[in-house]
Amino acid sequence: MERYWQVLRLFWSTALSAELEYRANFVIAALTSLSGLIGSIFGLFLFYRTGYQFQGWSWEQALLVLGMFTLLQGFSATVLIPNLNKIVTQVQQGTLDFVLLKPISSQFWLSTRTISPWGLPDIIFGVIIIAYAGYQLGLGWASYLLAVPPLILGAVSLYSLWFMLGATSIWFIKIYNVTEVLRGLLEAGRFPIVAYPVAYQIFFTFVIPVAFLTTVPAQTMLGQGSQGWLLASALLAGVLLIASNRFWQFALRFYTSASS
Amino acid sequence: MLSVYYAYMVEYRAELLFWVLSGTFPLILMGLWAEAARSGQFDLQPTELVQYFLAVFLVRQFTVVWVIWEFEREVVEGKLSPYLLQPVDPVWRHFFSHVSERFARLPFAFLLVGLFLLLYPQAAWLPSFGNLLLATLATMLAFCLRFLMQYTFALMAFWTERAAALEQFWFLLYTFLSGMIAPLSLFPDAVRAIVLWTPFPYLIYFPASLLINRAEYIVQGFMAMVLWSGLFFILNRWLWRHGLRQYSGMGA
Repeated sequence: MERYWQVLRLFWSTALSAELEYRANFVIAALTSLSGLIGSIFGLFLFYRTGYQFQGWSWEQALLVLGMFTLLQGFSATVLIPNLNKIVTQVQQGTLDFVLLKPISSQFWLSTRTISPWGLPDIIFGVIIIAYAGYQLGLGWASYLLAVPPLILGAVSLYSLWFMLGATSIWFIKIYNVTEVLRGLLEAGRFPIVAYPVAYQIFFTFVIPVAFLTTVPAQTMLGQGSQGWLLASALLAGVLLIASNRFWQFALRFYTSASS
Repeated sequence: MLSVYYAYMVEYRAELLFWVLSGTFPLILMGLWAEAARSGQFDLQPTELVQYFLAVFLVRQFTVVWVIWEFEREVVEGKLSPYLLQPVDPVWRHFFSHVSERFARLPFAFLLVGLFLLLYPQAAWLPSFGNLLLATLATMLAFCLRFLMQYTFALMAFWTERAAALEQFWFLLYTFLSGMIAPLSLFPDAVRAIVLWTPFPYLIYFPASLLINRAEYIVQGFMAMVLWSGLFFILNRWLWRHGLRQYSGMGA
């Protein structure tokens, strides 16, 4: 455990110093995520403009969901996307061999190798929206703390899905499209799940678990979520995490047989 | 050229399927709006919104452009040089690879539309013949305009290594202002008035509303498209000439 911690610190400090070479990029990233945010709020506003409400979700509550979404978007831009791109190039160029030889878990290596600070603006803006909406709703500190566990569980689920997709690069090599599909579907997380027709709700709960990523944390924060949802969220995260590890081991078997 | 690239594209059928699926954003919003319109608090009926977003989905499928990613790589890796020696302007290679991809994409796109019509059978509609022609023309123009805009940004790759960042920013504006998130008729009046002066609504909203027989100001729409295309064309050629000098200046 100690060793993993050290390796992680090493990875991230080198990655950060490499990325900070391009400081102008940070301005662009901040600008892009700011206008993305304005656009999202505008999109939400279009629904609430005429007095319509997503069933049982006031404007501030819907903002809360949007905040969770922005936060997760920042998380994936910081950790998930750069590492996924690395996996793809490593499989393409065959440098994955060196990773497999290292005396630590290859899944750990591949999912933590780099970090990109460009997702940071999204994380900050996400927190700001959540804080604003929470303040408007008069939520106390306890509510914010309550939202943390489901949010982490959501992040774990998201990570596992991504990693499984990344693992398919062993077969398909070019998987940018697959990740685009997932990203497109995750866009559904901008809005509370009840805003969708029933068929969509089923799809986004059981097929692509978008509901657990943003709606469940927001509900928990509002004190509306039942224990059942939280439990299901934990279960989902656990199952997906184990599945991602198993799937990776399974995929690796094909890698060795394909490379030699 | 067209047939060569078509053969290329058909080879990657699985990949194409994923590309088609990645354009599902309008379909997600379709669900949201159809549900919202059932409350009766908006000017449009649920079926109209379903039709609109299906049209958006189709238009979007035919106007996807990715030239900047390829061009940027060619410039950064110096691969552009051999193409410059050929007697054809390198832009045509990109252009035809995009066009042929449209044809390969066609069956998947229609399949998905069919699927959604099964889900909402009451939304099935037929565009009138005249409107279908106009919509096709508008979609082609929209594709050309979008290609021109992105190719213009791609030319910035001669000066900076991250031209794609510009495109990402532009794409955000495109997402929110083109009518992809909602028909423009649901925008607040002041916002809509401003947005109509930008090129964005003509990329999605205008062709899509032609397709569902609800277009207004058809002549003005086409004029705006031609105008914006002309503007970007001039800018594009100017950048191309100066950029090439910059490129050879790098000694590549």
